[in-house]
Amino acid sequence: MSLKRKDLLSLATLSLDEIALILETADSFKEVTGREIKKVPALRGKTVVNLFFEPSTRTRTSFELAAKRLSADVINFSPSSSSVVKGETLLDTARNIEAMQADIIVLRHSSAGAAETLARGVKSSVINAGDGWHEHPTQALLDLYTIRGRGMGFRGLRVAIVGDVAHSRVARSNIYALTKLGAEVRLVGPPTMMPCGVEKLGVKVYSDMDKGLCGVNVIMMLRLQLERQGRALFPTIREYARLYGLTAERVKLADTGAIVMHPGPINRGVEIAPDVADSLSSVILDQVANGVAVRMGILYLMSEAG
Amino acid sequence: MPILIKGGKVVDPGRFVGVGDVLIDQGKVVAVGPNIQAPAGSTTIEAKDRLVLPGFVDLHVHFREPGFEYKETIQSGSAAAVAGGFTTVCCMPNTNPVNDNQAVTEFILERARLAGLANVWPVGAITKGSEGKELAEIGDLRRSGCVAISDDGKPVMNSLVMRRAMEYALAFDLTVVDHCEDLHLAEGGCMNEGLVSTELGLPGIPSAAEDVMVARNLSLSELTGARLHLAHISTAGSVRMVREAKARGIKVTAEACPHHFILTEEVVRGYNTHAKMNPPLRTWDDVRAIKEGLRDGTIDVIATDHAPHATQEKQQDFTEAPFGIVGLETALSLTLGLVEEGVISLEQAVEKLTSGPAAAFGLKKGTLAVGADADVTIVDQQAEWVVDPGKFRSKSRNTPFVGWKVKGRVLTTIVGGRVVFEAGPLES
Repeated sequence: MSLKRKDLLSLATLSLDEIALILETADSFKEVTGREIKKVPALRGKTVVNLFFEPSTRTRTSFELAAKRLSADVINFSPSSSSVVKGETLLDTARNIEAMQADIIVLRHSSAGAAETLARGVKSSVINAGDGWHEHPTQALLDLYTIRGRGMGFRGLRVAIVGDVAHSRVARSNIYALTKLGAEVRLVGPPTMMPCGVEKLGVKVYSDMDKGLCGVNVIMMLRLQLERQGRALFPTIREYARLYGLTAERVKLADTGAIVMHPGPINRGVEIAPDVADSLSSVILDQVANGVAVRMGILYLMSEAG
Repeated sequence: MPILIKGGKVVDPGRFVGVGDVLIDQGKVVAVGPNIQAPAGSTTIEAKDRLVLPGFVDLHVHFREPGFEYKETIQSGSAAAVAGGFTTVCCMPNTNPVNDNQAVTEFILERARLAGLANVWPVGAITKGSEGKELAEIGDLRRSGCVAISDDGKPVMNSLVMRRAMEYALAFDLTVVDHCEDLHLAEGGCMNEGLVSTELGLPGIPSAAEDVMVARNLSLSELTGARLHLAHISTAGSVRMVREAKARGIKVTAEACPHHFILTEEVVRGYNTHAKMNPPLRTWDDVRAIKEGLRDGTIDVIATDHAPHATQEKQQDFTEAPFGIVGLETALSLTLGLVEEGVISLEQAVEKLTSGPAAAFGLKKGTLAVGADADVTIVDQQAEWVVDPGKFRSKSRNTPFVGWKVKGRVLTTIVGGRVVFEAGPLES
């Protein structure tokens, strides 16, 4: 089995079968990452380019590790916005990389749609590693993998996504994935952080966190972009933390056995209390570990598809 | 040399509609009516089954010269204008340098004269550098040939400055034009705010960003008595407010662009940069409201907001790509589409391309009245063609209508009694 697509751009366009295939493939690579010698030759002779226009540590590292464990050659290319000559298009940059026979380009970009634009213009496979506020499909897939790894089924699963949904690609990818899989998705946050018309995507919106968390199986916290303070989205970090910070008290409102997730990096004491981040219900580090296995699976499937 | 345009269907809104002849001589319309005898030495243009119309007037084009000649020049823009049937175009001041002084105005007029195709009449800036702070020398701009004032693309956010501009413009009987957009509400937005922007993860521009400025401008026009023209309105709210303001006697006119009465935000899907314009494509509710506004006369003018951009600029990712599309060479066909659809009558369509815009800026254009400038456009209303940007006279190719099969084609354009455009044969 392989993916019948050149690129992995979004969860919105991924079918249930494709999601299932990616999660199953990740299983076999999860086993590899547990070995003493964590390397297989699946992508030997292939070149993976991490093209990161936005600073990122964990996603880039995760992709790099995943590619290296598959024996691919990995190049990290991080043009800072200042060094990209004004007027040079993303496509020009990518075509240069393609000319060096890159098989897979992993793109992180601050503009929504950048991955789709790139994918249309190059023959290499493109994996979207986050485009603006649009999608972050590999993050959502590793989130799904983590939920599944806890023995939870998706149908009827109650998931609360808490925080700045409007500016979150992680939230969008998870909304598309989870609603597709039959989960009940709740969005929790101040109305200033809810994107226009989001209810039409089949989610419920709560501005009261306590109500939103009531009886959920999964609490997915989003990182608060601290630099957004002063742009009238929320008055102070203090008030935000009081209204939408996840405390041990609030975790109790959720279903017993509920898990706490966070795409990282976390703001301790802002959206998540330190004791919650470190608690047994927290699967934040599992997410990171699973990220490598899921990305290995994706890279493998993409190279097969190509 | 006199020209007799014979046997066409003449549509001169409010004046003459019917089969007849149009005789022009010495740059003026000499006679309109049935069975005009061709004077000695005249040329005859056979116009049977053709529409014979006053030359179109476009209140809103960007010809990019001086400063951005790689996108368009006054020469290429004029060529696009006459190919689209436009004999008079008003070019917005957001050039580099900004047209906020006599020197730039005179430069534009000189370039237009050298191009020798359409009447290219500059719109001067409201404020110096279109920075929204100090008034430009509006008296000087008027004297040197500007036909209106606008800080198009950079709306005057300071309401006091706008009030003063309106008051000051009264002294010169100049129409004040505003691109209605609250820059705070619109901050960073690149498409309509709604479900589509939510799904695509693109920052949105809410309808309210336009509506609040329309409301402000109407209030200021009421306060000052100035003649106000609202550029490219795109929302149902704007239409509603203009309708109400007109009913109360406020001196306001409004324009709509073809893309705003044809396309919606859905076209943005796939991050199509040719669907990126400002104001953005909105929803079907807005499209319906714009059409109703055109039908009931709330919207007086169809303008193109012809905004050429180079291919490489539109190839950038969606958030980086510039706003705007070219429109001069598709406007007629898209407007006739409204007639075909039964939204407006043919006479209304012609009015919104001719006498409507002329009246909004107080221009002596857009009519075939005896003694008027001999600006005439002859159209084959039935001819079908496919939009191929490669054939545009414009330097730029940025249109979302590529590949559209449209109806209605300009055959001949006459400016000041001189034939400046003749269409070649249609390729099958």
